[in-house]
Parts: sequence; C-alpha cells; structure tokens
Amino acid sequence: MFIPCDRGGGSAAPDFKGFTLLMPAVSVGNVGQLAIDLVISTFDMTKVGYFYTDCLVPMVGNNPYATAEENSTELSINAEVYSIPSKKLVVLQIRSPFIKNKYRPFCETLLSWVKSSKCARVVLLSSSHAYQRDDEQLLGTPLRYLLTPDLEKAVGGRLQELNWKEMEKVAAYPGISDTDKILHIPGGGITKLLFTESCSKGIQMAVLLKFCSEGDNIPDAFVLVNYLNEWLQLIKSEVNPSSQWKIPSSWRLLFGNGLPPALF
Amino acid sequence: MATFFGEVVVAPSRAGLDEEEEAREETPEDREIRREIEKKREIDVLWTWKSGGCAEEPLVCSRFIVAIGRNAAAFLSSFILDSVCWEVVGVVKLWNEWCRTSSTTNVLPTDSFCLFYRLISDPTVLLCQCSCYVAEDQQFQWLEKVFGSMQKKGLQVTILSTCPVADYKTQESTLTLASPFLKALKTKEFQEQVCCPLLEQPNIVRDLPAA
Repeated sequence: MFIPCDRGGGSAAPDFKGFTLLMPAVSVGNVGQLAIDLVISTFDMTKVGYFYTDCLVPMVGNNPYATAEENSTELSINAEVYSIPSKKLVVLQIRSPFIKNKYRPFCETLLSWVKSSKCARVVLLSSSHAYQRDDEQLLGTPLRYLLTPDLEKAVGGRLQELNWKEMEKVAAYPGISDTDKILHIPGGGITKLLFTESCSKGIQMAVLLKFCSEGDNIPDAFVLVNYLNEWLQLIKSEVNPSSQWKIPSSWRLLFGNGLPPALF
Repeated sequence: MATFFGEVVVAPSRAGLDEEEEAREETPEDREIRREIEKKREIDVLWTWKSGGCAEEPLVCSRFIVAIGRNAAAFLSSFILDSVCWEVVGVVKLWNEWCRTSSTTNVLPTDSFCLFYRLISDPTVLLCQCSCYVAEDQQFQWLEKVFGSMQKKGLQVTILSTCPVADYKTQESTLTLASPFLKALKTKEFQEQVCCPLLEQPNIVRDLPAA
C-alpha cells in the first residue's frame, strides 16, 4: 500500500518507528482534510511517499502547497504521506472520497500498515454533523475527543487537564430508556470504523472531532487544528495561534471563479 | 435538515456518501449479492494478438497514447487513425450503469467502446480509444489489467482527455476565456518539452485520466 518516494541515490524507505501518524477522516465539511492541509503547508513538510490504493476515487493535480513557480510542478495524488522526522510526525493526507464498499478494506490495510511501520500512535482529525447534536451538545464547546483504551492510559490525564470533552455515547434505540449506549458519529466517514478497529487491535488512537455543517469550513479547520495544537504543541500557542498557520495556495477559488464583467 | 418550505431533506455532503450502511455487518445474502454485482462489473481486456493458452508474454510497448472520452476519441479518429497504418489489437468489455461495451471491434462512432490499436510500421506504438465511461470502482481494475499486459520499461504514456470549461478554476470568469484551450500535467520523469502550459492549482483531474 505505502510506496516511498524515490529520493534518488538508493535511499532506504523512511522509518516511522515511534512516530505519531496524523491523518484525516473524509467527513462532513472535509474539516479534517483542511486541518491536515494547514499542518502540511505550515511546516512545509516533505512528501515521503503515497498510498497505491483502489479504495479512493483517483485524482491528480499539481503541487497544492506550491509557493513559487519552481515548486509548483510536482504531481500530487489522492493519498500522500508527508513527514517531519524532527517532530516525530508523519502525516497522511486524503484528497478524494471513498469508493463504495471500500471503507473496510481501506481501514484494514491502513491499520496493518500502522502496525508494520511501528507508529506509536494515530491521531485522527474528523467532524460530525452539527444538526445531529442533542440538547446538551448544543451548548458549550463543539469539539470532542475519543481515546482507545491503550492511549487513554498514556494521555487521558493530560486531556482532562486541558478540560477537553469526551464524545458522548448515544442510546442505541432513541426513545427507549434502558437501552445500550453506543458510539455514533454521523457524517464522520470512516471515523467510527477506524476507532473501533483500533480498539480491538490494541492500536493507540485519538480522535479529535468538531461538530459542523457543510459550508465555508475554513474557520472550522482552524478551530480543529488549534484544538490539536493544544495537546501536541506543534506551534507555540502563546501568541495568536491562528495567525501562524499557513494557508496553502490550493485553497484559492474554493467558492467559484471570478464574475463575468457583463453581469454588471 | 429543514428547508425554507418546511420539508426535511438530506443535505449532500462534500465528504461523500454517508457510511453508516457500510458499518453494518453484512449478512450472507448481502455478501452474495455484492459478489454477484462485483462479477458483473468486472472488466475483461481481450487482446486479439494473444494466441491464448500458454504463457503470455507482456506486450512490448514504447509509446502508449490513451484517449479518454468522446471528444478525445473523436480527435484520434479524425486525425490519427486509419485502417492502413493502424490495426486493432485489443478491446475492453465492461458494463456499468452508464454504458456497456462489447467485445466487437467493428464499432460506430456513436457507440460506447474501448479499443486498442497498434501502429503497423512500429508495433511498439499503442493507442487506446476509450469513449465509454469507466465507473469509479472499475478504474483501478482497468489500469491494472491494461498496464499489467505491458512491459513498462522505457514506456512513455500520453493521456488525452477533455473537461468542461465551466469546471476550470480561474481568477477571471470562464465566460471571457478563449476556449478551447490546452493544459498539461506531467510526471517529473517526463523530460521533453510540453506543448502547452501546465495545469495551475487549484485545478485537478479525476477519474480514469487521473488513475
């Protein structure tokens, strides 16, 4: 699945032992993916490889993080891996939707790659439909987290200190009082599947998600990436953290082209 | 969500289809149905130059030109292909909700088809005209089955396709753009001169040309 980039000189495949894998779920508003774009763009991360997979709709374009003429012609595809060894961070970006019936195969292949590359933990950025919140969730922060039991032991305390809110479970059968509580993440894409699979495979995974709706999701991406930063401290957050994230050049024209002059 | 008129609609999401149904465990009947549908959607690549039977050698190919979509296929028909210099060497048989192709090589321009031609004077030059729509779940299969039959060392691939001008993202309005116009994407291994400007961000290519 993972194909390392050919950096020439017969260099060995990158080593992700002990790294944190940061990745998005393709979810409502594409907030996870936008947040990942901010991380990759801000740290000018180097592409170290890609996923050769039949689970995502194919797409290709020129470098979405281009800053100048010189670096704008590198091809970019639907699932690519970037890394900063100094921060022990490896980032997966997913740029297209899943093909029907391919969620499960992708999750299985991804988690087995996580295990074989010996990543220490996975942080999944996601989102969930805001309109599906219950009365209590409508108040307070729209941000939630989830931890697999293995990671709960390691970082649960830290997240409590940060006053973070765990994602609530909902009744399996709404309206019936003494029913089981289950995890329900509407609009979250592969979030729930990846999380439950990680729990059963003993993989350390954290899910960070925001309640949102479709629309201009750039502010949601900033909120989510700042939330991530509260914990991982990727950038210094004493100064206004939002101003330190660099917007990639590919975010231009998200809402259409210029207007025809004849309109006026 | 509720609309102004009071009816409740499911809002389409840029994130794609809701996956909740996927998370449900499959019953044996579901699995059987899914397998049957997958079999029906399988692609067959039939090479006419292969005698069949014993070990099939990969096709030696130096240049492979692929025209995807009716416009690109028509371009090849009008300007490149003729029955004197080119011979049919293969056909793709597939079915999806949008089209069906058959294994016949005798096609009309209005049919949906996917044919391979070889230049008689240089049999390492291959051409593909794909006017049928290859669905999302079939694109990877098409790729693997077609390229799987080829020896890929030293192979140069050129892909021709078209996109609507309305999909082109640019600062100005597309109404004032002089169209049609050409844009290109190339891998870093492609060292030759490209005949037109490169595709700027944030434009992308998707589906079979991207695959």
